[in-house]
Amino acid sequence: MNPNLLENLENIDIEIPLFLEAIFQKYGYDFRDYSTAHIKRRLMHRMAIGRFETISQMQDKILRDKSFFISLLEDLSINVTEMFRDPEFYSSFREHVVPNLRTYPFIKIWHAGCATGEEVYSLAILLKEENLLDRCQIYATDFNRRVLDIAKLGIYPTQDLGKFSRNYLEAGGKGKLSDYYTLKYGSLKLDQSLSKKVVFADHNLVTDNVFAEVNLILCRNVLIYFNKDLQNKVIDLFYKSLSSSGFLCLGTKESLRFTQLESNFANIDSSQKIYKKRIN
Amino acid sequence: MFRAAVIGTSYGGLDALKAIIPHLSKDFPLAVFVVLHIGDNKNDSFIRYLKKQSKVKIKEAEEKEEIKPGTVYFAPPNYHMLIENDSTIALSADPKIHHSRPSIDVLFESAAWHFKNQLVGILLTGLNKDGAHGIKEIQKYAGITIVEDPETATATIMPASAIEIMKPDYILPLDQISKKIIELSELY
Repeated sequence: MNPNLLENLENIDIEIPLFLEAIFQKYGYDFRDYSTAHIKRRLMHRMAIGRFETISQMQDKILRDKSFFISLLEDLSINVTEMFRDPEFYSSFREHVVPNLRTYPFIKIWHAGCATGEEVYSLAILLKEENLLDRCQIYATDFNRRVLDIAKLGIYPTQDLGKFSRNYLEAGGKGKLSDYYTLKYGSLKLDQSLSKKVVFADHNLVTDNVFAEVNLILCRNVLIYFNKDLQNKVIDLFYKSLSSSGFLCLGTKESLRFTQLESNFANIDSSQKIYKKRIN
Repeated sequence: MFRAAVIGTSYGGLDALKAIIPHLSKDFPLAVFVVLHIGDNKNDSFIRYLKKQSKVKIKEAEEKEEIKPGTVYFAPPNYHMLIENDSTIALSADPKIHHSRPSIDVLFESAAWHFKNQLVGILLTGLNKDGAHGIKEIQKYAGITIVEDPETATATIMPASAIEIMKPDYILPLDQISKKIIELSELY
């Protein structure tokens, strides 16, 4: 192998933490405890696209060019989502969580890392079908304001409509997905009544604190991007935000296993990663 | 000495993997990572079947799992699989690459960066170009590359796309690939 290539690779492991430190110091966004494999992949690609020789060169640019930082922020944020993603989760939610929620006069829900909002609307549809939506207040948060703007609009391209409709039915939907949207100009617009009980807000799981006490937290496919330390920190934040016997729903491949607060939660559905805060 | 092997395949991949994994011994010295395109389907039943036929340990990869030799890790459907600096497995729900999640390119690239010249990359039958860029990256960092001979592959596009952009160390028919992997794993 070309010795320069190997040296480059070794240098990259030194440069990435410095680069993330620079972003934190300059712009306040903290990616320092993200999983390295993800960050490395994204930075290597940005480096190739921007024809930078090294991460250090890119660091020079990021400190001096805010628009470059904005585009990099897009690379580093996780915006992949779909309506009723993992339909099995929603059917389990209907079975295990909904009966509990019925016993509350008022239900506060935090959807953390909501990206463009498809899963927030999915939850709202489910709650509406269970006649619970009117009793709910949903806080849907993300650190990326651009995706929050899309979430607020609730307008999505129709290209994935087939998939969304299939997911909806597999998730135990009680009607048709088309009951909840109108088609306009090649886009689907979700019914306004769904977002009546939703507040979309800017919140960063890494740097911000508890902002409300809630009965239910959904944070799916976000923790996989964090390292162990940060996972523990965020789970602690969730623990503090949950009311007694509140529910926590994680992504299918995420788990509380081996985290510090594992014993503070009971397993409600171990394959769909639904947990309940234990009463102390 | 090699530490790991990565295998990528799509259409025809079930049969191709059946022709390789059962030949690995119980104390096979490498960790093996597999990306098999399987759409939205689960791969539980295939993994169960392979386990019955094989002596080597086989499992679906878990997030932050520590990498151990003598184990075959399958990427879970709908998640990319990557290798972390601290020799653990990372999963990601990032966008599809070549219409695929898990993507072979994502695994191969991150394995190439981590294992460098201690990696064997194997690209088998498949109907799209996923893996071609990745196996080129493995070669760039001095890993050994094996591509299934498109002449004998169930679907030729995947191996042929790799051969178009790089020169693999070995182009082999399917029935000779397990022998080559075992031979390489015994090198010190």
